Amino acid sequence: MSSVLETRGLTMRFGGVTAVDTVDFNLQRKELRCLIGPNGAGKSTFFKCLTGQLKPSDGQVFIDGAETTGWDPHQVARLGVGIKTQVPSVMDGLSVRENIWLAANRTHGREQARHRAADAIERLDLGTIANSEVGRLSHGERQRVELGIVIAGEPWLILLDEPAAGMTAEEVDRMADIIVDLNREAAIIIVEHDMQFIRSIARKVTVFSQGRILMEDDVDAVMQDQQVRDVYLGKKA
Amino acid sequence: MVGGEFRKTLAVIVVAFVAMLIGPSLIDSYTLTVLIIYGMLALSLGLIWGYGGILCFGQAVFFGLGAYSYAIAATNIGESTVPFLLGIAIPFAFAFLLGAMMFYGRLSDVYLGVITLVVTLIFYKFVNSTAGPEYVIGNARLGGFNGIPGFQTLNVPGDPGAYIYDIDFYYFCGVALLVVYALVRWLLASPFGRVAVAIRENEQRVELMGYDVRFRKTVLFAVGGAIAGLSGTLFASWAEIVTPGMFSLAQSAEIIIWCIVGGLGTLVGPVVGAMALAYLKFLLGQQSLVDTTLVFGLILVLSVLFLPRGVVPTLGLLGRKRRGGGSSRRRAGRGRSGRGRRAMQEDAAKEGADV
Repeated sequence: MSSVLETRGLTMRFGGVTAVDTVDFNLQRKELRCLIGPNGAGKSTFFKCLTGQLKPSDGQVFIDGAETTGWDPHQVARLGVGIKTQVPSVMDGLSVRENIWLAANRTHGREQARHRAADAIERLDLGTIANSEVGRLSHGERQRVELGIVIAGEPWLILLDEPAAGMTAEEVDRMADIIVDLNREAAIIIVEHDMQFIRSIARKVTVFSQGRILMEDDVDAVMQDQQVRDVYLGKKA
Repeated sequence: MVGGEFRKTLAVIVVAFVAMLIGPSLIDSYTLTVLIIYGMLALSLGLIWGYGGILCFGQAVFFGLGAYSYAIAATNIGESTVPFLLGIAIPFAFAFLLGAMMFYGRLSDVYLGVITLVVTLIFYKFVNSTAGPEYVIGNARLGGFNGIPGFQTLNVPGDPGAYIYDIDFYYFCGVALLVVYALVRWLLASPFGRVAVAIRENEQRVELMGYDVRFRKTVLFAVGGAIAGLSGTLFASWAEIVTPGMFSLAQSAEIIIWCIVGGLGTLVGPVVGAMALAYLKFLLGQQSLVDTTLVFGLILVLSVLFLPRGVVPTLGLLGRKRRGGGSSRRRAGRGRSGRGRRAMQEDAAKEGADV
């Protein structure tokens, strides 16, 4: 009923490889969902079909009731969808403040955007490096800058691809807090590998395997499941 | 920060204005005029390449198109105001269409280079082959390789008898360049310009923010086309003839060399590069001992090897070092190969004199 994101039979083929295979997915308003699965399970491809970075071979995507199949990324973003990519996608040659200001400036005037950017900087504790050039920052800081860019767009649906990748334990904790905080206003989908991280934030988890949804349940139930252990966790141990 | 930018722009304009007044006592104003025109042409590429990340191998197309539009319109109309405006509008419109085709088609940078190169060749070949009497637009014969001579040159608006020529034309071109420079600075400081720079830095991110990257690149490309068209229009009035050579590959290549040597990621760099190299070419043209093309090739190679950021950004950096304020810290993760020119632009853009 209050589904904000839905896919029906979503399929993505690359030549003979079917990376995403007839996936039916549903996300409720203000839900927090994690997508997990082994490498090559199709999580990121699925993710890119949602954001418009890839055009699905088959099936449909609906965001907030509107069909967005085959839309361009900027059109998807304009619906109020914030997207964080796997490798931090930031503007290296510009300052942190400029990066975040640019995101806010799309929907707000120059001054208003400045306030929004300042808010996001404070919220993510980027104050001390606000005027630094992003290219000179550490990986963890760049991840946070990208999140700042996402926040500044005031999204109601946030798609995060591996937000904790390559971060220190302390940074991961902080990221988890930020995500829980963001979840108060927005529905969030997270693609993640770090099980510790997922345990600390997730309620419902969707497990991908070979392009299909293997199971979808509470985080604890998923962790207990033997099949999931076999395809994913078992390999890791 | 914005205030500092404004002061810098003002300083550049004041210095350039003084230079413009002193110039004619050092070099004759006829030569200086064409140097200014070339400076404006380089500025057009410096804008779209250095700030927009769009490497156009065919900037000469818009230069030639501006000149031909002016010449054809001036032959037909006999008064220069409308032809002058057409000389800007037609290259703008053509660049807009060409840009829309390339950017909406999502062509990668390499193909963008190839297409602009081919468009240059097409224009060059076509205009060269229009010698026959059937190639007429109104009263203007296109004239093929002979070009179009004898059109009305620039006059005071409304009075076709009052030509703007010689030293007046020199000042007109100088002021035009300063006005264009100020407008481009303003454009770059505006949200449009800031997004354009962001697109150069990371196209994907800007798209994910919800900006329509294709449209913005198209507009920037068209603005570059309009500036190149204006310089072509002025060139037509200066030379009093337009020839297919304006569309040549050599002309396009020269614009790129001006930008590289002068310094990408700045506006003053390409202008200075163009003026210095064009003057050098003028001097070399008066002797027959060394081949001009050879010298230019050598300058390009040496500049890329020893001044990869270009002359103006390097000077800016040196100046800052001497004052002790600058830092030339290298960026983390710089080791990635294949960044080459792009990294240089970025460096130039942020470290170099942002002028």
